[in-house]
Amino acid sequence: MPLVRAGADQAVIRCAVVRDGRESVVELELNPGRANRARLNRSPLTRPRDILGTLSTVLFAPEDLALVKGDPAERRRFLDDLLVARQPRWAAVRADYERILKQRNALLKSAQPLLRKSERGRARRSASIVPGEDPTRAVDDALHTLDIWDGQLAECGSHLLYARLRLLRDLGPHLGTAYGAVSAAVTEAHADYRTSLSGPVAERIGRGEVPEAAQLKEAIRTTLAQSRPQEVERGVTLTGPHRDDVVLRLGDLPARGYASHGESWSLALALRLGAFALLRHDLGTDPVLILDDVFAELDAGRRTRLAELVADCEQVLITAAVPEDVPASLVGRTYAVTLGSVDPS
Amino acid sequence: MYEGAVQDLIDELGRLPGVGPKSAQRIAFHLLQADSDDVDRLVTALTEVKARVRFCTVCGNVAEAELCRICADPRRDPSLICVVEEPKDVVAIERTREFKGRYHVLGGAISPMDGVGPNDLRIKELMTRLLGGTVEEVIIATDPNLEGEATAAYLSKYLRELHVRVTRLASGLPVGGDLEYADEVTLGRAFEGRRLIDA
Ligand SMILES: [Zn+2]
Repeated sequence: MPLVRAGADQAVIRCAVVRDGRESVVELELNPGRANRARLNRSPLTRPRDILGTLSTVLFAPEDLALVKGDPAERRRFLDDLLVARQPRWAAVRADYERILKQRNALLKSAQPLLRKSERGRARRSASIVPGEDPTRAVDDALHTLDIWDGQLAECGSHLLYARLRLLRDLGPHLGTAYGAVSAAVTEAHADYRTSLSGPVAERIGRGEVPEAAQLKEAIRTTLAQSRPQEVERGVTLTGPHRDDVVLRLGDLPARGYASHGESWSLALALRLGAFALLRHDLGTDPVLILDDVFAELDAGRRTRLAELVADCEQVLITAAVPEDVPASLVGRTYAVTLGSVDPS
Repeated sequence: MYEGAVQDLIDELGRLPGVGPKSAQRIAFHLLQADSDDVDRLVTALTEVKARVRFCTVCGNVAEAELCRICADPRRDPSLICVVEEPKDVVAIERTREFKGRYHVLGGAISPMDGVGPNDLRIKELMTRLLGGTVEEVIIATDPNLEGEATAAYLSKYLRELHVRVTRLASGLPVGGDLEYADEVTLGRAFEGRRLIDA
C-alpha cells in the first residue's frame, strides 16, 4: 500500500507519544525519491535512526505466517528487530555488520583470481614490504586485507550473536506462555538457535547455552579460517550470524514442515505476543500493540482467546476489512476509513 | 533535451559529485542569466585551480608548488607523520594546533565495495618515505568508521615491520563519523591520548 497519496509529493506521519508522563511529538516525513526525515518535538534529527526507541510498538500482520513457514531471513529479522526495540543501540551494530559483510563479499569476488593463487587461502611471506615490488606481494595483500575484514566480522558478529542468544533465552518463557494461551494446546512451543559455526562453542549453543562474546568471537574466527577455501571458491561469506536460523519447535517436532495451518498461526502470534511480553517486562511500560488485519485469518477459538489476551494491554490498534471479524468483547473507539478520509463511527 | 551549448553545460555539471540532473539544470539556467562578470570569475577560478593547484609530491596534500606549505616548512617535525584519508582531514587537524609533525594523505580508505584496495591508496609512497629512516612515529588518523579502521589495521601490520612507533588516535571521536566533523577540542584530545598499536 503506498503511503503517499497519488499526486502528492510527500506524506507526514505525526504522533503524540506519552512516556513516563511526558508528551513528545514524533514526525516522520516520507519523501519518495529523496531521504526521509524525522523530527522529535519539532527539531529535526540528523539521522532518522535516532527516532528509534521513542515509540515502542509490536506489530502482528498476516505476513507473520512467514516467521514459521518462511526462510531463515524472516526469523533473523524478527530477532534483530526485537533487539533494536529492546535497546536502540543495536541498530548501529546491525548496520555495521551488514556493511562489513558487503565489504568482505566484495573483496572475495574482486580478489578471487589472486586469492585462488594462495595455498588454501593462507599467506606465504613475501620478500618486499613495498606494495607492487614483488609478485607474491599482491596475493599477500589480498589475503591480509581479507584477514582484516575477518577480524571485523568476528568482532561485530560476535556481539550480534551474543545479543541474539541472550534475547532468545529471555524470550523463551514468554513464547511458551503465549503459545499455550493462544492455542489452548498442551504441546509446548520452543525456539532454538541454529548457528552456522562449527566446533565446541557451536555445540554449546546447540544445547541452549550462551557462551561469552569473546568465545563466540574466537569461534567465528576459527570457522572463517576453516571455510576460507570454500569462500574463496564461491566468493561469498559462508559463516556468521547472517547464515543462522531459529528453529521453532512444537514439542519435539520442528514447526516448519510439521505444524498444521492453525498451529503455525498460533506460533506466529505467540512470537509477537512473546515479544510484547518481553518488552513490557523490560521497559516497564506497554508497547503499542498493532493487530493489522489478522482477525480474519484466525479461527473462532483463536480470535476469542487473542481478544482476551490483549484486553489488559494499554493501547491496541486493530484494523479489519469486515467489522464482524473483530470479537464483540473488544470495545473501544472505532473509525471508518474510506477513500481519503477517516471518520469516527 | 536543450540546444547544444546549454545541454553540454547541463551534462558537465551533472557529472559533478552530489549534483543530480535537476540541480544541474537549475545551475545551468542560473549561469545563463547571470552577469558576464560573475561567470568570468567562476571561469577564472576553475582555470586557476587546475593550473596552479596540484598534489604535494611528498605527502599528497593539495599544494601550489612542488611541496605543500607543510612539507616546505622547516619548523615542522620530520620525525612525526600523521596519516589521513583526505586533504580535508589535514585542514581539520591543523585547526587543533596540536600537531607539529608532517602529514601523509592516502587519498581514501580501503573499501572493496567501492573498488578501493591498498594499491589504490598512496601506501607505496608512504613506505618509501619511511624507508628513508628519519621517521620515528606514524600516527594513523583515518576516519573512525569501518573502512578507516580496516585501513589502519592494514597499515599497522606493515609499519610494525619497519620498526617505527605506530599510534592510533584515541577513542572519543564520534564512531562511524568523518574526521573532519569532529570539533577542535575532541580532535585535539584524541591526539594527546593517542595509543600505541601493539603487535
Ligand atoms: Zn606535503
